[in-house]
Amino acid sequence: MKMNRRIFLGKTAVATAAVAAPMVLADGHAKPRVVVVGGGAGGATAARYIAKDSKGEIDVTLIEPTRTYYTCFFSNLYLGGFKEIEDIGHSYGGLAAGGVNVVHDWAVGVDRDAKTVSLAGGGNVKYDKLILSPGIDFVDMAVPGWDISAQNAMPHAYKAGSQTELLKAQLMAMPEGGTFAMVAPTNPYRCPPGPYERVSMVAHYLKANNPTAKIIVADPKPKFSKMALFQEGWANHYEGMIDWIGEDFGGGNVSVDPAAMTVTIDGEETKVDVCNVIPAMKAGRIAEIAGVTDGNWAPVNAADMSTKADPDIYVLGDASQQGDMPKSGFSANSQAKVCANAVRGALTGSKVFPAKFSNTCWSLIETNDGVKVGATYEATPEKIAKVDGFISQTGESADLRKATYEESEGWYSGITADMFG
Amino acid sequence: MVPFLRLYFSVLAMTVSTVAAANTLGDPEAGKKVFAKCKGCHQVGEGARNRIGPHLNGLFGRPAAGLKEFTYSKSIQRAGSSGLEWHAETLDAFLENPRSYASGTRMSFRGLKSPEDRHNVIAYLRLFSDDPANIPEADPTATATDHDIDQAILAIQGDPEYGAYLSSECTTCHQADGGDAGIPSIVLWPEDEFVVAMHAYKTKQRNHPVMQMIAGRLNDEEIAALAAYFNSLDN
Repeated sequence: MKMNRRIFLGKTAVATAAVAAPMVLADGHAKPRVVVVGGGAGGATAARYIAKDSKGEIDVTLIEPTRTYYTCFFSNLYLGGFKEIEDIGHSYGGLAAGGVNVVHDWAVGVDRDAKTVSLAGGGNVKYDKLILSPGIDFVDMAVPGWDISAQNAMPHAYKAGSQTELLKAQLMAMPEGGTFAMVAPTNPYRCPPGPYERVSMVAHYLKANNPTAKIIVADPKPKFSKMALFQEGWANHYEGMIDWIGEDFGGGNVSVDPAAMTVTIDGEETKVDVCNVIPAMKAGRIAEIAGVTDGNWAPVNAADMSTKADPDIYVLGDASQQGDMPKSGFSANSQAKVCANAVRGALTGSKVFPAKFSNTCWSLIETNDGVKVGATYEATPEKIAKVDGFISQTGESADLRKATYEESEGWYSGITADMFG
Repeated sequence: MVPFLRLYFSVLAMTVSTVAAANTLGDPEAGKKVFAKCKGCHQVGEGARNRIGPHLNGLFGRPAAGLKEFTYSKSIQRAGSSGLEWHAETLDAFLENPRSYASGTRMSFRGLKSPEDRHNVIAYLRLFSDDPANIPEADPTATATDHDIDQAILAIQGDPEYGAYLSSECTTCHQADGGDAGIPSIVLWPEDEFVVAMHAYKTKQRNHPVMQMIAGRLNDEEIAALAAYFNSLDN
């Protein structure tokens, strides 16, 4: 940590000098600088690819507050007991070894005229191109009765780490025959099948450890991702345990009382033992601070993920409003590579290839019962547009479902190696 | 390295108890049928060449990573320099679960769970190991069975720089270092095998939906570029 701070201060000194002598790039002795905010599937991938492919021609700084990153993808498998928390934790040592200057701090301000990012720990970092990949924050008062001060009583567990561990502890402490409630989010949100994979994993845990317990899901949506697959799986594996209350039955008319541990759905109050509130989402706050959001999200150009508001600021992943791609780790990783190629081209003149995007989301319903949905996308002048896609079918053989699950394990190894080196 | 050695030795220890079973003579005719699972990557018999995997002529008594002209994974190289040789016993243990025997092998194969299948295929392979000069007349083994591809497509010279960019779509799942944790390794394949496989997905002769989707929108030049790039990677 000390080392990082010292290097970082050194860089700040250089940056300050650069402000005194504008036209840094024209000086001939300073390298172009890319600053990446957020070290998840979008930001870590972008930082790694720019550093790797520019072979030292570009200075890359990654600003990420946490020292261990817990992937949101596969965090449901931790809830179900298929993974340990350590299995989904990753450090930034591989990125540092790959030439990325990793700064563990919060980015709290962006000065678009001076082209600097200010840090909570003090100091500014200068950029020529700024890539924001801040993930999500929650919309205030999206679920009446819940705000961030209630997240210990009613965890969201939708940013993986301590919240996920808390939800698991509460699940394990449920009384026999108790009630687990989930308040599902409105569209659009991070990981469309995520809440329903979570319901499956919670049911898997309860079936083995607390089989008379119940799960209630209050959902403001009339339908959800992979709905037929999940409902088939719930009927096959967890019959009678899960009560999904969709929009048609008042699932959107919901409020909570964290002090009393009650959930009121369409006027009917229920006392619950665990309540997982997943509120409506918006872009991580730094995108709004930078002034590149319009409403809850940051509109971007599909060809390179640059924002509509500022050609030198790019937004990746969940925080972006790009068109047809779901908000997923796979999508963010895919967008990061298109962005890295474009940013490198703009700063060093390297060849820029046409944008191609893809996504696949695997979900686990029960042991060895994996399903997936995926699509390919292209850049059009208006948006990232879907080209082709597929989805697992109901009634697939057990062998195919097992192979799909094993494939998801392979993907996890692949994408985390691709992100963190 | 340490976990690998641990596994390796535990497997060796395990094989002691299964030596008797491994020595049971299998049926080479039945083994020929089992070998169909191996043919996509390995050739054996007259004219056999290294393809995605090394050729298997003269396998018995060969040290692991023993063919100079084939680029093995580091894992198999380490096993070779630690003294692993291929015999009925070691093949039996390896084929049961290749990835637990040599965790970094690029051999993307789940293994043969049935001891009978293993004994039979080992008996079949044994036919090609007596004496390299005396390989029995066998059909030259088939290469991948799912292709009938225009030679003009195979002749396209791929641009590895373009392939490097396109490859970033692949490495979300397939590991660039050739590791295989549930999704097959695709590095260091002969370029023609790579092209044939991708066109088989593109034309839906191979079944995987993700690969059909990814390959479906790659044109001939892009597939050639990827083949050139993945073939050029360091081990």
